[in-house]
Amino acid sequence: MFGFSRPQLIAFLVMVVLVAGAPFVLYPVFLMKVLCFALFACAFNLLIGYVGLLSFGHAAYFGMGGYVAGYAAKAWGFTPELAIIAGTLAGGALGAAFGWLAIRRQGIYFAMITLALGQMAYFFCLQAPFTGGEDGIQQIPRGNLFGMISLKSDLAMYAVVAVVFLFGFLLVHRIVHSPFGQILKAIRENEPRATSLGYRTDSYKLVAFIISCALAGLAGGTKSLVFGIATLTDVHNAMSGEVVLMTLLGGLGTIFGPVMGALISTAMENYLAQAGAWVTVIQGVIFVTCVLAFRKGVIGVLAERLKIQL
Amino acid sequence: MKLSRRNLIGTAAAAATLPTVAARAQTPTIKIGVLTDLSGPYQDVAGNVAIAAAKQAAEEFGSKGFNIEILSADHQNKPDVGSNVVRQWIDRDGVDLITEVANSGVSLAVAGVAKEKNKAYLPCGPATSDLTGTACNANTVHWVYDTYMLAKSTGGAMVKAGGDTWFFITADYAFGHALTRDVTGFVEGAGGKVLGGVRTPFPGTTDFSSFLLQAQASGAKVIGLANAGADTINTIKQAREFGITQKLGGLLVFLSDVHSLGLDVCQGLVLTESFYWDMNAGTRAFSERIKAKAPSKRPTMVQAGTYSAVLHYLKVANAMGAAEAKKDGAATIARIKATPVEDDCFGKGTIRADGRKLHPSYLFEVKKPSESKYAWDYYKLLATTPAEDAFRPLAQGGCPLIKT
Repeated sequence: MFGFSRPQLIAFLVMVVLVAGAPFVLYPVFLMKVLCFALFACAFNLLIGYVGLLSFGHAAYFGMGGYVAGYAAKAWGFTPELAIIAGTLAGGALGAAFGWLAIRRQGIYFAMITLALGQMAYFFCLQAPFTGGEDGIQQIPRGNLFGMISLKSDLAMYAVVAVVFLFGFLLVHRIVHSPFGQILKAIRENEPRATSLGYRTDSYKLVAFIISCALAGLAGGTKSLVFGIATLTDVHNAMSGEVVLMTLLGGLGTIFGPVMGALISTAMENYLAQAGAWVTVIQGVIFVTCVLAFRKGVIGVLAERLKIQL
Repeated sequence: MKLSRRNLIGTAAAAATLPTVAARAQTPTIKIGVLTDLSGPYQDVAGNVAIAAAKQAAEEFGSKGFNIEILSADHQNKPDVGSNVVRQWIDRDGVDLITEVANSGVSLAVAGVAKEKNKAYLPCGPATSDLTGTACNANTVHWVYDTYMLAKSTGGAMVKAGGDTWFFITADYAFGHALTRDVTGFVEGAGGKVLGGVRTPFPGTTDFSSFLLQAQASGAKVIGLANAGADTINTIKQAREFGITQKLGGLLVFLSDVHSLGLDVCQGLVLTESFYWDMNAGTRAFSERIKAKAPSKRPTMVQAGTYSAVLHYLKVANAMGAAEAKKDGAATIARIKATPVEDDCFGKGTIRADGRKLHPSYLFEVKKPSESKYAWDYYKLLATTPAEDAFRPLAQGGCPLIKT
């Protein structure tokens, strides 16, 4: 099913059980944040892990998805599912425009172009009237799902977020293990060879880029509904850096790595908030330790030890 | 320290399962959350001393049949971090009052959470006048100052004090534009004239020389600084380096900024605050009391405001009964609004229906180094705007609580 290997299937089922059971043990709002970031990291991982494209401006699509979903829900009175879809489309559309330009270059130049475009998106959001500038869009209503089911309670919202996350996760996995995904991996390994085999590598890269951006927009849109705010934090390039760190922490090019990375990173930010000024210092130390101790990320090392693919 | 994979996962898992601690004591416990900036640009304006000020208020209030617990956290100037912390405080720790919150974006996000969860919210650090305007709600009282107060006092009172021609250096984003527009209104309303202005790219401008030269060439008597934080500090420093003799009108400058820049650089700067430690016997007494907790510092208006807000909340909670206060945030805020405020820092004050705490605002000029006689002797008073005129009129705010 979905191209899962046996260990992956077991790991996936464990994850589903954890996702389903966690809100009864842990604080649901925190878990929703983790799931949103996990989806964002999965989207990012699709690009860097399977196409080998390092995008340094992914916050733009995440944040824009959040703004558009938030604006649609607040100003136009969209129901949550439509607002989230609007956010997804916004992320995808922005990705199509930026990707069209950026995929013309490789390696560090690709990274720099995406960084520059991401900064442009940030300044756009800072100035555009609909984003509310540095105050952001505040008090976005969660609304009623399909116009009927109220999402006011955290558990109802959690169910929606969990479904969105699992959908995104499976989609990424399906794409990676489809013939299309095989070609992406071929491009990652050796682009000239893929070209010589007759593949239009640019088109493949662009499609992968757009899918990744749309999923980032999906994550951003969901997050803005969960918290009821969409702010500059989500489009800032620090967020682009954070998603890179999440993916590296968890394990580049592993399907579960980004989820683990998002969990670790969000848990740190959350539970260390009481430590005041030391938060950033502690985060830095943990990141350095992780990079030194497990190059391949938590899940990457785990998979290597167990000699399986995760 | 060697971190193994197991350790790391274990730590993360253990951290994630920290149990929901709910103190089940016989006497009710009022829990107060001080959400502040402990690592960013407002850590001196608010930060640890604001937490100390809340504790000071709790100590002075003493024990009156209920326990008081003060929690604190860093919002890292991110609205989502701030609102997440507040949600956890309310859902898991049972926090009843959230206060301080220096950062307008974070404060607006917290206002939404406080309303949703029906808890009391007394913001002291944020500047945005939206808290008592379009974003006002029945759970919020905006305590210390806002952009309208700053614009009115620095703009209007300054013209009366002789500074009748202005030039603006504006940070090019919504906050800067709004501030410029408001101050322009007051300057012109008081009979002054705005000769021009220049917008500086935001964020990231560090060299203000060309803007300062334009301001100098304009011949205006006052250069209005419609920016904040590092931008303001850089402008003031560079104006000094250029030997600019025109008056600088700081629109968002705090005592802590003046302290870190030094009198040499700041002398002659004009600014507005609603509290100055060396104002009168009451403010001096408070500053003396809090010295034990913050020996090397004098409180800013935000820190004094945190003390004032927490003290007033505790008085009201005591009057209506701690259990009642815990139950309904909006009812508590209604009582808070109905009860006249009095403390050492701001003297007597009242609270308006839209959640605006009213007290006078003061226009200060920073002293020359030769005029400063002792440590932290920084300001001399230029003008006072009485409480009833200091803030935006009730009808103009657009607060949905006010039915016209």
